[in-house]
Amino acid sequence: MSYAKALRCRKCGQEYPLEPRNMCDVCLGRIDVTYDYEAMKKTVSKDNLCAQPVSMWRYRDLLPVDSKEVDIGTGYTPLTKADNLGKELGLKNLYVKNDCLNPTYSFKDRAVSVAVTKALEFGFDTVACASTGNLAASVAAHAAKANLKSYVFIPSNLGSGKMVGAAIHKPNLVTVNGSYDDVNRLCINLSQKYNWGFININLRPYYAEGSKTLGHEIGEQLGWQAPDCVIAPAGSGLMFTRIWKGLNELAILGLIDPVKTRMYVSQAAGSSPIVNAYNNDSKHINPVTPDTIAKSIAIGNPSDGEYAVKIAKESGGGAWAVSDKEALTGIKLLAQTEGIFAEATGGVVIAVLKKLVAAGKIKPDDLTVAVITGAGPRTQDIMADVVHATLVEPTVESFDSAFDK
Amino acid sequence: MAKRQVMFTFPQKLIKEPIIYDLGIKYSIITNVRRADVSENKGWVMLELEGEENNIDKGLEWVESTGVRVDPVLGNIVEA
Repeated sequence: MSYAKALRCRKCGQEYPLEPRNMCDVCLGRIDVTYDYEAMKKTVSKDNLCAQPVSMWRYRDLLPVDSKEVDIGTGYTPLTKADNLGKELGLKNLYVKNDCLNPTYSFKDRAVSVAVTKALEFGFDTVACASTGNLAASVAAHAAKANLKSYVFIPSNLGSGKMVGAAIHKPNLVTVNGSYDDVNRLCINLSQKYNWGFININLRPYYAEGSKTLGHEIGEQLGWQAPDCVIAPAGSGLMFTRIWKGLNELAILGLIDPVKTRMYVSQAAGSSPIVNAYNNDSKHINPVTPDTIAKSIAIGNPSDGEYAVKIAKESGGGAWAVSDKEALTGIKLLAQTEGIFAEATGGVVIAVLKKLVAAGKIKPDDLTVAVITGAGPRTQDIMADVVHATLVEPTVESFDSAFDK
Repeated sequence: MAKRQVMFTFPQKLIKEPIIYDLGIKYSIITNVRRADVSENKGWVMLELEGEENNIDKGLEWVESTGVRVDPVLGNIVEA
């Protein structure tokens, strides 16, 4: 049995059993899984964690699952010492957490692996999500592995061409003749009508917990310590808050010292409701209409934005936004210094990191982790301008001439 | 009868308008406020609506037409 105890509302503290649920009935607040950390402490140690599989499931004791996991090989992605990028930016202890290297090329596999495992535990025969890319691919892949039926909903104006990564796993791909808001509304209505596991609705408390393993891995891979700074992207803000939770759980379990990490939110200027709230010193997130190439974080009404702001403030970090142009430069910088091709969201992270260093917020010696959450190839059309091939004749002379040899 | 949880964000010029009351009366919707924060400059209200599905849809269209922003309480469901 897991150490998960209950679901609890973050706002009013109302508790619920560990069931499919999306919000608090009393105050409509967000709900989280709570754990018996005292009991967990008795079995979790560095030695027994290190003996576990090299995947996110080495932290299974810290996750709310009771059954065999649905795993397609997610997690324990590289934490790469980024000396070239560090030199470029003026940082001596920079690491890149490369979550591009998950099975469907983004961090979503962590969250979905837990959510689909719970879907089976709850007896659902169908899982569903509304997604325009990374989440859809991950849900479809995990549903295939778990022999579950799946539905993926997308707005029709997106076009289905970008959905190959999901479609290859043969979900029921549904294009909805309407806007994002219409898709939102339809999914909420369907989640009330059908007994399905909706990944980011009634399975969301469990989905959220999968992202904690990013924090767990960072702490372990740094030799059981928390970094001085984490720079991570925020769309809904959920993953950002879970990196913090993951690090703090390691401290609660006595595996690392108390966490003093400064947490920095990075968003695209065209969709930055969390950064706006941070800058306005507001607890409330005013929704915006997104306009950015960083589609993975183009969320105008972020469900966990308020908590992302809280963590950025309480940790002594911050919240920064960069333009799409800066994000594109960030993608190139990461690719051309560290060999990592990230999606636009990764470019946002690198561009924010650059700004933080320039502003003196991050010092050269700070142990810094930049979290790269998704790979570039799925959206490579935004980088088409990098292709400048040199045409040569099939002769050595022609090659030498072209390259001044 | 259907239920829907929504958030209204009021611009300054509409803060004094009885929009939630009007929504209830005009569209036969039970409006149940759960959380709110209203100041002189801006206000938001999270509430649960209960009524006929069609009336809720039409009522929310009317609320948006007044200039109040309407969002689902859950935040965006559509993710990348």
